[in-house]
Amino acid sequence: MHAPVPPAVISVADLSKTYASGFEALKNIDLSIRRGEIFALLGPNGAGKTTLISIICGIVNPTLGSVTVDGHDIRDGYRAARAKIGLVPQELTTDAFESVWKTVSFSRGLFGKRPNPAHIQRVLKDLSLFDKRNDKIMTLSGGMKRRVMIAKALSHEPQILFLDEPSAGVDVSLRKDMWQLVRELRESGVTIILTTHYIEEAEDMADRIGMMSKGELILVEDKATLMRKLGKKQLTLELNAPLEAVPAMFAAYDIALADEGRELVYTYDTKAERTGITTLLEELKRAGVGFKDLRTTQSSLEDIFVDLTSR
Amino acid sequence: MNLQAIRAIYMFEMSRTRRTLLQSIVSPVISTSLYFVVFGAAIGSRITQIEGISYGAFIVPGLIMLTLLQQSVTNASFGIYFPRFVGTIYEILSAPISYLEIVTGYVGAAATKSILVGLIILATAFFFVPLRIDHPVWMVGFLVLTAITFCLFGFIIGIWADGFEKLQVIPLLVITPLTFLGGSFYSINLLPPFWQKVALVNPVVYLISGFRWSFYGISDVSVGVSLAMTCVFLVICLSIVAWIFKTGYRLRN
Repeated sequence: MHAPVPPAVISVADLSKTYASGFEALKNIDLSIRRGEIFALLGPNGAGKTTLISIICGIVNPTLGSVTVDGHDIRDGYRAARAKIGLVPQELTTDAFESVWKTVSFSRGLFGKRPNPAHIQRVLKDLSLFDKRNDKIMTLSGGMKRRVMIAKALSHEPQILFLDEPSAGVDVSLRKDMWQLVRELRESGVTIILTTHYIEEAEDMADRIGMMSKGELILVEDKATLMRKLGKKQLTLELNAPLEAVPAMFAAYDIALADEGRELVYTYDTKAERTGITTLLEELKRAGVGFKDLRTTQSSLEDIFVDLTSR
Repeated sequence: MNLQAIRAIYMFEMSRTRRTLLQSIVSPVISTSLYFVVFGAAIGSRITQIEGISYGAFIVPGLIMLTLLQQSVTNASFGIYFPRFVGTIYEILSAPISYLEIVTGYVGAAATKSILVGLIILATAFFFVPLRIDHPVWMVGFLVLTAITFCLFGFIIGIWADGFEKLQVIPLLVITPLTFLGGSFYSINLLPPFWQKVALVNPVVYLISGFRWSFYGISDVSVGVSLAMTCVFLVICLSIVAWIFKTGYRLRN
């Protein structure tokens, strides 16, 4: 029995973007974001993550394809669609001369909401910005400016929040505050889409993960499934003497030879109860297979990218 | 209509004006006063009346137009260029707001500022020269129409420009010469016949002529033509703005 798939809050269908320069930033993207989930979009620089977000938010026109936000087409129903979205872009772009309070209130007005000082106050307090509310933005530190941008995105009580590289250049305390806030928003039913370079963040926060590379969405998977793939680790032993073949007694292990028999590679699951390393090493000793050095490697996000994109 | 958004943009722009009060309001007043001193009092005292109006008084409508055009183009172009330059435009583009509402907010605020400057110059002029305004309603009408038209023009420049140089180039190389040659300081009837014909190609001639008519009842071209030409220019600017937003030119590409 499968749990029923929650309805999509954002549907992207066959979306492509070719910039005037001829650069194909997005190629036929299909994606649906479920209501109330935290979706992490991963990928190297230039993969198209920001272009995808920019199209959904109305900042960039798509070349082909369609996007609906809560049932509203982003072209025909742009008012209803955009009113539901809050965006924290990657670049730190703020006004310089306005006060924190004014710039956050401005954002609320821009999204068509009546002034609500109580809400603005709550947002600023949640982001530890309330003491700075009358300060000019230019006098704030980078981390504080990032908080201002988050406050602007939350000023109009969005149902969907986009966080584009929210942790880039952010110190530990802001990162903690921010993820706490994200969890609270999610509790209140807000759908969150974030992009990041850091797999640990995605691992901590996300329900599902999408990977982009060269303008394509190469994978969308539940975090748990992906983490099993990411959880693989390899132990490599440099042998004293090369082996012709893996001895039959090790058939139970996921073992392979490398470097013309000079190395023995054991792949294991770090999430499993037992890694099997100790017993393997004991059995190798008993079998008289000696080794002079060993190292372990973990398949990184990059490895997965390379693996997926080279197929 | 997203009235909250129009209000937000308008108030934001007006608070920018308040922050830069000195350069926004005071400097055009000072520079215009200097024109009065130089052209009105010093040189003007040597010039006979033009069509029964003392030279000092004659140049007032031209001076107001000169400043109005420069201010409108500068205010409006800077207002939209700056968010593009620093990147805060993302928020405008991602907001549930129509093109018309964006333009109304920015152009409305820029036009308000230019009209204020124009009225302040008019008040300043009263201290220097004897003034009369025969058609005050028309005077305000031309002031508002011209301010809106040239703010739209400035808005277009602010979207077209991809550097601060380009932002300066149009006011400096186009607006200023056209205004000086458009009869700010003289009646085009004083020109040789050939150059009178040439002058009619200059759209600013119509603006100044109509505006001057609202003061003294004298004009180089008929008021109807002035009004029509101003409206034509307004429609052209509106069409370009509509095209910009329809195609996403320099904004959504």
